[in-house]
Amino acid sequence: MRLAILDRGHGFGTKILFALIRAVSRQPTPEVVKLVMYRPDFFGTHMKKVTHEAMRGPSAWSVGDRELMAAFVSKTNNCEFCTKAHTAVAGSAYHDQAKVSSVLSDLETKVIGEPLRATLRMLRKLTREHALDVDDIRQVLAAGVSPERIEDALAICFAFNTMNRLADAFEFFVPGPKAFEVGAKFLLARGYR
Amino acid sequence: MADIRQARTALVARILEGDGEASHAQRRAAFDNAGLTEPLRTLNNKLTNHAEMVTDDDIVAAGAAGLSEDQIFEVVVCGAIGHATRQYDVALAALRAATERSEHAPRDPR
Repeated sequence: MRLAILDRGHGFGTKILFALIRAVSRQPTPEVVKLVMYRPDFFGTHMKKVTHEAMRGPSAWSVGDRELMAAFVSKTNNCEFCTKAHTAVAGSAYHDQAKVSSVLSDLETKVIGEPLRATLRMLRKLTREHALDVDDIRQVLAAGVSPERIEDALAICFAFNTMNRLADAFEFFVPGPKAFEVGAKFLLARGYR
Repeated sequence: MADIRQARTALVARILEGDGEASHAQRRAAFDNAGLTEPLRTLNNKLTNHAEMVTDDDIVAAGAAGLSEDQIFEVVVCGAIGHATRQYDVALAALRAATERSEHAPRDPR
């Protein structure tokens, strides 16, 4: 973590919480947790609400689909921490880690249907080029995706285009697979609140 | 449908208009990625275009320019949210345009 305040600048109660997390999970406190718990009134409290609504709020997309979108946007941004974290969550949600790996390595794979693939293409373009036009949206609509589902996917894109940048700018420590496995169980059970 | 509008509006209002260690002008400039001076200009440009290329030196340079860690934290948060906001707004405008056109398209005269 590049800023010492994000690593060690939390209040006493929060530090006790981190110690409990370490004791129960037997893993280091995830640095994303350190970020959202630092002066939470400034950023974390509000960002968690945005992310929870996008990832666990009402949607025609499944939790697995939404976690796959999060992993896919993160991979497009070359964000190692978030890609590994949400690859693990998507794999657990789908009960199919190979499916997630397949999509992340080749979007044209047939393991997902055209509506999800077209949506991921749209998210990739928005993330890479910072722009979309009417024709881009029409292609997704033509694939059978409703406007509401498109808006839901854009909300996920907002959340992860924010978090990916913060993870890399502050240089989150990237732990081993076991830590991401534990994190995935937590996020599937509790969400982002 | 998930509805992030209220939470996102509250988030943006808090980081830009609420109390902070960085000035309101600094936070707004980072959010807009406009009007920043060096070294924050370089830091924010990397943050928005290739965040994985931000280095220790970029953060050290911001500190050497007189920013505290809390101020750096705030301007980086504002820069990231500002960039994601511009993407989101552009995409929502395209979605509105695409759906308005299809809703108002001439009906098939069968």
